[in-house]
Amino acid sequence: MSLNVENPSLTAVLAPPPLRLIDDQGRAVPQHESGGFRLPTVETLLDLYRQMVVARRFDVQVTALTRQGRLATYPSALGQEACEIAAVASLAPQDWLFPTYRDSIALLTRGVEPKDILASFRGDWHSGYDYQQHRIAPQATPLATQALHAVGLATAAKLKRDDTVALTLLGDGATSEGDAHEAFNFAAVWQAPVVFVVQNNQFAISVPLDKQMACRTIADKAIGYGMPGYYVDGNDVAAMYAVISAAMDLARSGGGPTLIEGLTYRIEAHTNSDDPTRYRTTADVDLWRGRDPIERLEKYLVSQGALTEEVRASILADAETLATTTRECMTEQAVIDPLELFEHVYSTPRSALAEQRAFLATELDGDAAASAIANEESAR
Amino acid sequence: MSPQQTLETGTAVRAPESLTMAAALNAAIRDAMVDDPTVVLFGEDVGPLGGVFRVTDGLYAEFGETRVSDSPLAEAGIVGTAIGMAMYGLRPVVEMQFDAFSYPAFQQIVSHVAKMRNRTRGKIPLPIVIRIPYAGDIGGVEHHSDSSEAYWTATPGLTVVSPSNPADAYSMLREAIASDDPVIFMEPKSRYWSKASLALPVQTEPLNRAVVLREGTDVTLIAYGPTVKTALATAEQAVAEGLSVEVIDLRSLSPFDDETVGASVRKTGRAAIVHEAAQFGGYGAEVAARLTERNFFYLAAPILRITGFDIPYPSPKLEEYFLPTPDRILAALSTWEWS
Repeated sequence: MSLNVENPSLTAVLAPPPLRLIDDQGRAVPQHESGGFRLPTVETLLDLYRQMVVARRFDVQVTALTRQGRLATYPSALGQEACEIAAVASLAPQDWLFPTYRDSIALLTRGVEPKDILASFRGDWHSGYDYQQHRIAPQATPLATQALHAVGLATAAKLKRDDTVALTLLGDGATSEGDAHEAFNFAAVWQAPVVFVVQNNQFAISVPLDKQMACRTIADKAIGYGMPGYYVDGNDVAAMYAVISAAMDLARSGGGPTLIEGLTYRIEAHTNSDDPTRYRTTADVDLWRGRDPIERLEKYLVSQGALTEEVRASILADAETLATTTRECMTEQAVIDPLELFEHVYSTPRSALAEQRAFLATELDGDAAASAIANEESAR
Repeated sequence: MSPQQTLETGTAVRAPESLTMAAALNAAIRDAMVDDPTVVLFGEDVGPLGGVFRVTDGLYAEFGETRVSDSPLAEAGIVGTAIGMAMYGLRPVVEMQFDAFSYPAFQQIVSHVAKMRNRTRGKIPLPIVIRIPYAGDIGGVEHHSDSSEAYWTATPGLTVVSPSNPADAYSMLREAIASDDPVIFMEPKSRYWSKASLALPVQTEPLNRAVVLREGTDVTLIAYGPTVKTALATAEQAVAEGLSVEVIDLRSLSPFDDETVGASVRKTGRAAIVHEAAQFGGYGAEVAARLTERNFFYLAAPILRITGFDIPYPSPKLEEYFLPTPDRILAALSTWEWS
């Protein structure tokens, strides 16, 4: 909608083409169209390719486990591997990642064990990895809230004169939240060393982006906050890696925050409880399957002679090993002590919680006694 | 860091001086910042202005922009960034300028501040103090006089405290800043200018304890924050009526000090709770239910709540009709059968 009724043609300004370094056909784009960004080396691209293939195998495996009813839920990132892997590959060891529930493959790529990633999705505990070791915050479920945490951590690092940068992943729908606005604004005002990577997968569960906002791109919003913004082909890992890495360098050198939008597509449903046929067509999904980030890079690497059959076989073998590890970790039953429920709420013990803990312990003892009697009877 | 350590490493005991609650809070933040370089302070107008109530007066000049800063005007942003800072080893002390202006931060407080430690099995503690000037009796316009404590006390993971006097204000804020748990620190606006002679640093009862401010034998009057003064005045007035009123200052709303309050109620056999917040679903309901469940056979009468009415906080010319007064409290106590 526009107030400018005399010039209705101005009401919808078309988005520019997103920045890309490798096109749909797997060809390097000419230098003058690359926005000043350099194509990463073939070695780097091969590494990104390997990580994307492994991540997708994990994603497909976990989706299968969810369909088998072995996980409570799993938000898939199938089709978004370029954004996820480029983001993680741009991190230095001292940097922090602030992911959402959809970014499990980012955790995997930064080294979190499958069993620790899945702890939350299979319902063992709300979150289950070593945050300090990996420098990854818990996966955020409330939208955009983690972006503020990233800004705060980055600001603390700046106050301590550390060269730590925080990177946070957001979805397109999350940019409608007030917390996203506040995070962008605080980051710009405080010149926090933080990078916002928005994966525009075009749907917030079922709601398309044109119902979230009326501007051309999410990246355009950066101008309003006073920070650089980039609209990037989110299925081109080369471009995502080049732009995110440059933004990380800028933040690390005191240049403040950057907002990067990766245009991509969520191939799978929102979660296993979603029915995407209600809000999008198969043709649309097929169109985006045809823009697959892994296939695109594969074409380029093959054209460069970097992806031999031998290399491909070794990557696929790695992916299968990981899938096996992932399946196996599901057979290990985590030891869950119901009494742990009371353990971590406060650092200081509370008598009220101690009473409730004792109550549950008595109930559990009762259950144990009852089941012992039942076992005894059935043994007779 | 335990509170005792914090106080011991503080500057030498100073000569007694007459301090307002606002000045005592100011001194607590200042001393904590001197003792612990990880303490940082930010919020709306807390810098050069020193806060709208001047609680942070002079701190910007003393500690500079890196440790004391004005933030953009956005409460979710203030609390959300404090979380990130705490994750990186800082101890943020943030201010919500007025009670009702803390509501934009509700999600960050309830979904993250309160839950992060439990979510991460203790691996990410959040030592954050969220200061909230609250309650009325200051002639404030709408949104400047809310008593929002029950929103926070209903949330597991938060510690919620409210001082009623300058000595507690200093001691409790020092302990809150030293705590590894997040603390909602509710400052009664109407008491900011109350004075006491203090030799700082002063250490009062531990943060999680209630105190018996005045002993009595007939009834236990339970109050916190702004209504402690009202309760003490009631006890004084009750003497003429031949009634011996014991006054308890809860200080800590969550956790609730069952031991101290329970002992008093078992002694007097009668209890009433006084707060400014509306009655329905208010904090007093929890106190009454809790004391009844645990002390029913000691009680001679039902526990009473003398509170604000179940209406939005009124405009300045009407607030005198809303706030609990000694007369209203004594009238309520007289509804009991005294045999």
